[in-house]
Amino acid sequence: MQSQTNETRRSISRFFLAVVLLLALLAWGLVLNVNTGSVDIPAGQVFSLVWDAVRAGAHDLVTREDTLSLVTGASTESKIIFSIRMPRMLLAAILGGALSVAGFLLQTFFRNPIAGPFVLGISSGAKMVVSFVMIFALRYVSRVTSAMMILAAFAGSLLIVGVVLLFSQRVHNMSMLLVIGIMVGYICSAVTDFFITFAKEQDIANLTSWSMGSFSGANWDNVRWAAGICLVSMAAAWLLSKPIGAYALGEGYAQSLGVNIKLFRAMLILLSSLLSACVTAFAGPISFVGIAVPHITRSLLKTSRPALVIPAAYLCGAVFCIFCDLIARTAFAPAELAIGTVTSAFGAPVVIYMMLRRRREQQ
Amino acid sequence: MAYFQTEKLAVGYRGNVLIHDIDIQIEKGKILTLIGPNGAGKSTILRSITRHLAKLGGAVYIESQDIHRWTPKQLARRLAVVLTERIRPELMTCGEVVATGRYPYTNALGRLTEKDRAVVRESLRRVHALELEDQDFSTLSDGQRQRIMLARAICQEPEIIVLDEPTAYLDIRHKIELLDILREMAHEKGITVIMSLHEIDLATKISDYLICVKGDTIAAFGPPEDILAGDAIDKLYDIEHGSYDLLFGSVELGRPVGEPEVFVVAGAGFGADCFRALQKRQTPFAAGVLFDNDVDCRIARELSTRVISAPAFEPMGEEAYRDAAAALVKCRTVIDAGTPVGTLNAVNGRLLALAKEKNIPVYGGWRAWAEKLEEQRHGTRCQPDV
Repeated sequence: MQSQTNETRRSISRFFLAVVLLLALLAWGLVLNVNTGSVDIPAGQVFSLVWDAVRAGAHDLVTREDTLSLVTGASTESKIIFSIRMPRMLLAAILGGALSVAGFLLQTFFRNPIAGPFVLGISSGAKMVVSFVMIFALRYVSRVTSAMMILAAFAGSLLIVGVVLLFSQRVHNMSMLLVIGIMVGYICSAVTDFFITFAKEQDIANLTSWSMGSFSGANWDNVRWAAGICLVSMAAAWLLSKPIGAYALGEGYAQSLGVNIKLFRAMLILLSSLLSACVTAFAGPISFVGIAVPHITRSLLKTSRPALVIPAAYLCGAVFCIFCDLIARTAFAPAELAIGTVTSAFGAPVVIYMMLRRRREQQ
Repeated sequence: MAYFQTEKLAVGYRGNVLIHDIDIQIEKGKILTLIGPNGAGKSTILRSITRHLAKLGGAVYIESQDIHRWTPKQLARRLAVVLTERIRPELMTCGEVVATGRYPYTNALGRLTEKDRAVVRESLRRVHALELEDQDFSTLSDGQRQRIMLARAICQEPEIIVLDEPTAYLDIRHKIELLDILREMAHEKGITVIMSLHEIDLATKISDYLICVKGDTIAAFGPPEDILAGDAIDKLYDIEHGSYDLLFGSVELGRPVGEPEVFVVAGAGFGADCFRALQKRQTPFAAGVLFDNDVDCRIARELSTRVISAPAFEPMGEEAYRDAAAALVKCRTVIDAGTPVGTLNAVNGRLLALAKEKNIPVYGGWRAWAEKLEEQRHGTRCQPDV
């Protein structure tokens, strides 16, 4: 290790410092999330309930339905904790991380700091197909399952990504491509509005509440699915760290180093759309997390080594979303804010600050 | 078979052949430079050699192996590039930028081993940039950036480095430094260098081989001294107004048109400044009598309307005097560039005497002439319209 430069050592110790800080914040956020709400449950009681649950075999809570009823049957508090707050906050953490990694991958792909699932119209595409399913498919099936919603959102995301990729064959300027993505997003919004014309009142209400984005109504089923998809995608993204690092020098250099550009770009776009589709399916479109958090992470780490940035961005996104959800849930209780409202309020200023600073640096 | 070879290589974009039948053979450790006008296709050829562009025909061989059959990784271990695109990585130190060159050698996660780190440092040392290792790449000057990009290529431990206009944006000192490093790499480590340059003077001095790229095939390929004779450069770049002197590596702008107004008595390099000063003021002039191997003679041939020259190492003869005198008396002004008059060029002394005799003003050096010219122009402007 002696031959490592001071700078490398510094960035690695910075990374561990940041991870410890983020983990502490995450733990704090989790506890806050569990014990605050319409019914305040003291932290001590939360811990003893969790301990009881662990002893009762809650470690397989995520895999077996009957354990859940066993645990939640004990008391009202434990019902609130295990069937409402816990899945919700876990979902917020998982999806928040997913969004920020998706944003990081898209920013790498487009070589543009404002690329993100929301900006690129991926969310709009998902919304279009979800609205189609909600409004029309509901007439033929009794109930829309999470699996259907995920599939709808995923199909919508991939549709947009596919269109953008088609254009990318002809348009080589990444900023241009980004603009095309944004425009395609607008077209999707128009189509969604068109669908809404034929919707019933109830559908409109459902769709509106969906498109505001929210972690409420999360259940263990959602958590299982989201955790599965996001952790696998995130691991895959981390395994791409090496080509991502080379790609930072531009396509030409990456190619000359032996990166299979076509495959790599396909992987980037596939993973980022998988992650953002997953988020959109479970929580609706959530804006600005994907743009703001990777940037915050990089400033925190003061490096852009992807092997360090990807895990840290995931953690940072989880923390960001947990606190945003806490605010959404408690700031104007009993009324609940849409998660998108809170993330925009905190995320947008970060983005503005970032753009201004980049400008300054370039001058 | 030569170490690096192309055979009937055809290059272009989207199936449209731009340049075809490119045949190059060079030995290991040589420097090959592509020269030619803007848009001639130098980059297209280089990008086809590096496989950034699909070739449209023919083949490229390294040690008799067709490089288009290699995997990207195999190619990356033998051939490295320095491209024209300017990279803007965020929050990357120079060390990290250089370390990306280890890509073809590291494991799936890109972990750098002790050896990799040693190579990174060695590469930085080669380009004299060891002290920049921990510095953020975005804070560098153009010259430093280019050196780091070269270190990045060296770090790939290639046998061939391909550089697309590596000296663009660099000032003269950094150009020289960069080319010096390339020369050293080629000489000491046997690295073959293929690049494009805009600076012909530098290209002829650093290269073992030149390729002139013009039109739909390469105009010439060979050692610089063989292919660049006479006005080859003027033809390659279609220079009609102005000229390029290969021996001096100097550029002369277009010669003033019209009948000579000034006669310059020069020689032995005293006249060069004077000729250029006259060109700058667009004053047509004649120069004489100059020995035909004189520096002044070379420049006067590019800039003056009329040059009266005489064979070198012989006393200038009567014929030269008669020609010069005839030209001189038609001029309104004579400038004495200050060339000493001795036995061999005694004729020039007689020319100056003739000017005095004919009452033609003689200026000692071009500055005196230029001052007078300014004065006159100033004077005319002040005169009231009548």
